[in-house]
Amino acid sequence: MHCLEPSEAALRPLVAGIVAQHGGDASRMLQILRDIQSLAGWISPVAVDVLSAELAVPRTKIEGVAGFYSFLSLQPRGRYRILFSDNITDRMLGSTALMARLCNSLWVEQGKTSEEGLVSIDTTSCTGLCDQGPALLVNNRAMGRLTAERIDQIAELVRSEVAVDAWPDEFFIIDDNVQRADILLAADFQPGAALQAARQRAHAAGEGMMASNTRSWREGLPAGLGGPAAMLDEIKRANLRGRGGAGFTTGLKWEACRNAPLPAGQQRIVVCNADEGEPGTFKDRVLLTRQADLVFEGMTVAAYAVGATRGFVYLRGEYAYLRPQLETVLARRRQDKLLGRDILGIPGADFDIEIHLGAGAYVCGEESALIESLEGKRGTPRNRPPFPVTNGYLDQPTIVNNVETFAAAALIALHGGDWYAAIGTRHSAGSKLLSVAGDCARPGIYEYPFGVSIRQVLDACGATKVQAVQVSGPSGICVAPNEFDRVIAFEDIPTAGAFTIFDSTRDMFEVARNYVHFFQHESCGFCTPCRVGTSLLKNLMDKLARGCGSPYDFAEIEKLNQLLQSMSHCGLGHTACNPVLDTIAKFRPAYEARMMQRDFTPAFDLDQALSQARQMTGRDDAAAHLQSEQGGAV
Amino acid sequence: MNPTFELDGQAISFAEGQTILQAATTAGVYIPHLCYHPEFKPHGSCKLCTVKVNGRQTAACTMRAALGMKVESNCEEINAERRALTQMLFVEGNHFCPSCEKSGHCQLQATAYHLGMMSPHYDHFFPNRAVDASHPEFLLDFNRCILCSLCVRASRDVDGKNVFALSGRGIKTHLIVNARSGRLADTDFAATDKAAAVCPVGVILPKRQGFAVPIGERPYDKVAIGAATTVRAEEEAS
Repeated sequence: MHCLEPSEAALRPLVAGIVAQHGGDASRMLQILRDIQSLAGWISPVAVDVLSAELAVPRTKIEGVAGFYSFLSLQPRGRYRILFSDNITDRMLGSTALMARLCNSLWVEQGKTSEEGLVSIDTTSCTGLCDQGPALLVNNRAMGRLTAERIDQIAELVRSEVAVDAWPDEFFIIDDNVQRADILLAADFQPGAALQAARQRAHAAGEGMMASNTRSWREGLPAGLGGPAAMLDEIKRANLRGRGGAGFTTGLKWEACRNAPLPAGQQRIVVCNADEGEPGTFKDRVLLTRQADLVFEGMTVAAYAVGATRGFVYLRGEYAYLRPQLETVLARRRQDKLLGRDILGIPGADFDIEIHLGAGAYVCGEESALIESLEGKRGTPRNRPPFPVTNGYLDQPTIVNNVETFAAAALIALHGGDWYAAIGTRHSAGSKLLSVAGDCARPGIYEYPFGVSIRQVLDACGATKVQAVQVSGPSGICVAPNEFDRVIAFEDIPTAGAFTIFDSTRDMFEVARNYVHFFQHESCGFCTPCRVGTSLLKNLMDKLARGCGSPYDFAEIEKLNQLLQSMSHCGLGHTACNPVLDTIAKFRPAYEARMMQRDFTPAFDLDQALSQARQMTGRDDAAAHLQSEQGGAV
Repeated sequence: MNPTFELDGQAISFAEGQTILQAATTAGVYIPHLCYHPEFKPHGSCKLCTVKVNGRQTAACTMRAALGMKVESNCEEINAERRALTQMLFVEGNHFCPSCEKSGHCQLQATAYHLGMMSPHYDHFFPNRAVDASHPEFLLDFNRCILCSLCVRASRDVDGKNVFALSGRGIKTHLIVNARSGRLADTDFAATDKAAAVCPVGVILPKRQGFAVPIGERPYDKVAIGAATTVRAEEEAS
């Protein structure tokens, strides 16, 4: 039946076996811990003992890693671990009441484990099923479209201890919901076509014969696999920019990696960032489901262009259920000589892709934190410079690109840079996948050429009485109706893909508060401003929610924003205040409604009270005055 | 002649590979810091040493000095933000200076004085953190931990022991020790370890020595942190 926790004696060989499966490689720590977690339900002290001995790694390091990730637990959890997705869209669909219903039904408090160790119920950050929520994860398996009826069925299955694998299949059906397909999603792609095209283009240019641009794969090889430089030129001509949100020019990143010095024994690395954690975003899930070949081929094209021999897909833990089908595609590609040794039958053309799973940490979407996590460490963003293109995975030259970027790269290899550059706008070539969710008739994936307006998307998805759209998730911007003619493009509203719609019945304060809680939960804790600042911000928002707010608190929020912007270590801290500032600026009435205290002016003025003392001492300099930093009298 | 960069209008010479903080310290100019220690690889987490380089904020302990850089450090804008960071550190943990035996020898306290911190400003978090008094010679008072990771680095890089590490995430990040029991007594920690001597606050404390030096006669009671004469000494003493 379901997985009962193995006894201590039984656990030891099982953990040792997992370590052996991973080659006793300590850099695979996170993958090993994930496997132990699924096997035993938690990372017990015994498991840490065995790991420490087998890997020759101190237990502090193991517990340090295990303690970082939400899906790993150093305390026993229920045999059924149920995590409700806590994105605002889940809440709008009633997730709070559903979770309460399940907690009541199973007689367990949120965040606790039931007495007999049967079940634990808690919330987790957005699981990427916003178009089919409310959603949850049960023992890492994803479930959407929850209803009260479904919750009661789940409660019954848990009570009668039916193994999750034996639960009805229809519980776990995940829909793609592709509502509009363009060049990426509509591509009728033949695996290998892009690589063949790249090879032929090199031949046509006579580049296959040139030795000057030989690097890595081509080093000392006979003409045949020509033109990594030509491939790079196509990417540059295409004006492809990173789809993770920041929009860095892909060609420049690849070129920097290609040109990075490569000490003996090192190799170049291609990493696909599939850690799609921004609340409201789910386009990579669909892209990997529908067009896995396109993504893997794009990675191979990148490997070809930069001279990489090793590739990783860093797949967020919430999407673990995608892994089997992705492994199937990888296996087929190896069989078809599109991966592995001698790709396309060309000697020395070696590249393979390995899937690594995350374990519930949004910050790992930041590329240097992702690399730390790939190395089996805590997902803390690195100090930069040096940048990953020169010192990435295990200090080797590494490119990290978004899933969608690689898919686009494959199409560019196939059709050429000019073809691609002609799509979209001047500064934003190509198409963009939007994850549309929230208040609309037809949520799902909408792929548009760049330059589409907010209004066009709203019309297409059947959204009415729209109050606001949060573009690119909490770290993006909140767009009000007077801005609906603005367009999705790097030159106007850049986005990683989230497009969350709120109609006039929604409380924008609660939206912002949900996002603030998200950042507080996901802050990695490395730097002071973000670690403490996100908690302070959360406390302030909760204070406003309790009706204890005053204009003073607005000023505090603005000061915190300034501090997080200027002092934080990475983008998480830089953007953590965005949702609040945006909604204060654009939806002030939502905040005013909470302000029972219009003024925060203490009756007692301490500075004034000191005037007598100043008079007696004959002082009136600055130090003799109490000038509070809060902007008011102390 | 060494190349120079400009720090608050003053030319600072630097050697190739030196960070802004290292070069400034060598020149006797103090930039507030807590997680930086001259003997260890810079960490860049406390952010107290944040400076403006050509108008952009960055940590001085991790940013390499470069020819002609214009660095702003000792100005009210940056000091106000540093002050806010010390306030954050104060409210995040449980810091009661008057009863702390590290008072007068505590970098957090001294830095707060240096920056003119007059109040904690924010609401206290009052976290519930247990004290570990298991070790016969040393006490761990986690209430005062500022997560600078100096003990982690010292134990790992100097002592070769890995007695300490950070676990947890976000506001739940906390210091752990290398024992299944979670107790210092069950680790190979020794009083002679480098890690026993690097804590800038009052977490890792030798037992039975509290208040041996009276308050008022402790290092920072006599000379404020960052006083020009002491900056270079700190670098040289290490």
